[in-house]
Amino acid sequence: MKLRISFLWGIALAAALANPALAQQDPAKKTQTAKTFWGVSAEKLEYRYSDSDEELAAVEGGAFYGTDELEFHWLFSGEWEEAHNAWESLENQFVAQIPVSDFWDAKAGVRVDTPEGTDRVYSVLGLTGLAPYWFEVDTNLYVSDEGDASVDFEAEYELLITNYWILSATFESLVAFSEDREIGSGKGLNSTELGLRLSYDLIGRAFAPYVGVVHERKYSDTADLARDSGGSTEDWFAVIGARVMF
Amino acid sequence: MKKSILLAMLAGFASLAAHAGEYDISVDRVQIDTGDFVKEGIGYNGASPGPILRFKEGEEVTINVTNNLDEMTSIHWHGLILPFEQDGVPGISFPGIKPGETFTYKFPIVQAGTYWFHSHSGFQEPNGAYGAIVIEPEGREPFRYDRDYVVQLTDKHPHSGDRIMRNLKMSADYYNRQQQTVGDFFAESGEKGVMATLKDRMMWGDMRMMKADIEDVQGFTALINGKGPDQNWTGLFEPGERIRLRFINSSAMTYFDIRIPGLEMTVVQADGNNVQPVNVDEFRIGVAETYDVIVRIRDEKAYTIFAESMGRSGFARATLATEAGMTAEVPEMREAPVLTMADMAGHMDHGSMDHGAMNHGDMESMDHSKMEGMDHSMMSGMDHSDMGMSSDSFYASGSGLMPQAANGGKFLSYADLKAQNPLYEDREPTREIEMRLTGNMERYEWSINGVKYEDADPVVLQYGERVRFKFVNETMMTHPMHLHGMWSILDVGADKWNPIKHVISVAPATTVYMETEVDAPGQWAFHCHLSYHAASGMFRKIVVEGGPEGTVAQGESDGQQGGES
Repeated sequence: MKLRISFLWGIALAAALANPALAQQDPAKKTQTAKTFWGVSAEKLEYRYSDSDEELAAVEGGAFYGTDELEFHWLFSGEWEEAHNAWESLENQFVAQIPVSDFWDAKAGVRVDTPEGTDRVYSVLGLTGLAPYWFEVDTNLYVSDEGDASVDFEAEYELLITNYWILSATFESLVAFSEDREIGSGKGLNSTELGLRLSYDLIGRAFAPYVGVVHERKYSDTADLARDSGGSTEDWFAVIGARVMF
Repeated sequence: MKKSILLAMLAGFASLAAHAGEYDISVDRVQIDTGDFVKEGIGYNGASPGPILRFKEGEEVTINVTNNLDEMTSIHWHGLILPFEQDGVPGISFPGIKPGETFTYKFPIVQAGTYWFHSHSGFQEPNGAYGAIVIEPEGREPFRYDRDYVVQLTDKHPHSGDRIMRNLKMSADYYNRQQQTVGDFFAESGEKGVMATLKDRMMWGDMRMMKADIEDVQGFTALINGKGPDQNWTGLFEPGERIRLRFINSSAMTYFDIRIPGLEMTVVQADGNNVQPVNVDEFRIGVAETYDVIVRIRDEKAYTIFAESMGRSGFARATLATEAGMTAEVPEMREAPVLTMADMAGHMDHGSMDHGAMNHGDMESMDHSKMEGMDHSMMSGMDHSDMGMSSDSFYASGSGLMPQAANGGKFLSYADLKAQNPLYEDREPTREIEMRLTGNMERYEWSINGVKYEDADPVVLQYGERVRFKFVNETMMTHPMHLHGMWSILDVGADKWNPIKHVISVAPATTVYMETEVDAPGQWAFHCHLSYHAASGMFRKIVVEGGPEGTVAQGESDGQQGGES
């Protein structure tokens, strides 16, 4: 048996060497290269206490699988409201992501929102990467099944107090190009969120607990819609949580 | 070249009459105890590191390797000149060794010196699958010693190789805990002023590059012969003896700066080949290199072998003593270096710097005017007056990695290495092949000429030619380039005395040349020996066409000459 295997190998080798096309099917490309990768992470996994005694659990995370050339991401984000025992927001995105330059990836896919209330399905086109001066940037164009378009923009900067204590500043904003009253979205700038979180890398980069403050604000028509339904338009939160990466 | 064939043939004939040793190696799951942590890994004959294989030049060895793992394995005989089917690279030399199977390697030993062996499958080597090879020469050696020890270093990590690779892909700075902090900013501001420091940070930030990008994988415990710093491997000696230390760097990723405080070391061999003796206080050993040094100890006291990692994120320690249990002072690690603009020049300004050994006088050929927008007064590391006496032409002028001996004395440079006995006649190379060492740190992708292995054609060489390889390092990392099966003659500007190596370390923003007599038919691997760089694409297959036993290797006449360019 062993003899036969080595004989076949010899033939394969001779064939590969005799034929450049076959030589390109170099079996070592498989044995000597790490090709596929995966990861699971939660950038945010936190409890939020607002200045109006509101309590929320917020999660933002996802998982990916892929190669250097193509990755598939599942992105999840949601806010669970204690008082109503319901998802105030709940988003699942499934996107394919490809590199477009040294520091930037393009992505495309779908986003499915299934919070308490009205559901929406969106198509997603996005750009994610690292801007000069180490700003991590993520921005997406969404078009909903109702035909409404919106753009979100997120940026994050990590300031290393030490190599383990990290202060991360985040900015998020959402702009809608048309009104979608059912989901409480006005035309124009909808909302901004500013966050400041101080974390400590407790177990490698796998588990980093943090505390922080978050400021959320809604604007113009969106603020009016929120006010009409009895919601708040501006909140300060104290947050406590952990970043997880595996 | 002809001489070497003749020698090989002679050695072959001699071996018929001489030895024919048979060796058994089992590949096993083992526990590795570093003193800091215990980790399951892979070893040989039940231990990691594996046994020291002691061969004799001229011997015909038969090595039975039994795979007791539940995955494929292989053993590559690092630095040994042998038929390519025996070289142990799955997919290039042979298919690999299946679980439960025994593969028998058989080849003549045609050289002498210090070498090592390791798995070439997956990340088994970082996981512990390595051992040492010591080959006794047929003739007399040009130096004397009373006893010798193998001093084999590694950077044992608590994470498995697969996990490290995945983490680096998720976040290239996952293991980097030497990044510049707010504290560093204020300290530097105090020295150089706030504006200057801010400008410096902006410059690096603008390029999204880190000065602290020296060691990708930190958090390891450095071992010597399998022992952590606290477990303190000890080699015994009698006062007055000359001791030969056979240093082997079996690390996955880590370079070490090695010294024995209080002792001068005489370097007599590099990568298994004798060099004209050089006395040094300290030397840097690249990943997969070997250096043999001789120390003479007259007094009855202990000495520390101290090996700091190049980025100072860890150190290995061992002791030479007259009795077990004796120890000597263990020095503090020196401050971690940071890269300078000089190290980045290759990335920014491709090819304008040529620090090849042929151009010792040309260090100023670096075109500063091309580094737009840089304030030269800001280049902290570029202050040449700081560089003291030692300046190594194998580093970019002003490099943050420029080695300095801890005692201010002599630090070995590649430029000091001269072959004791040239293996080949010195002749003009038949052609030059340029290999730009390239990568994208943020994505943790590494490549040659911008092409990863998976997208690359093999590099085709002709049997009998002498190829001059030009390595241009366009990255900010140091890459130990390893060619299998044929010698790498490092150009240090010494013509026929150029040293003969199997690993050529190429520092950031430098150009280094090596020449290879293409005297081994078949197909071979060529790669960066940093495990995670090789696995992410800094790798090539080399095909040698023609040759006396060219039955297999002939015929690929329309293959691409010299690979991609």
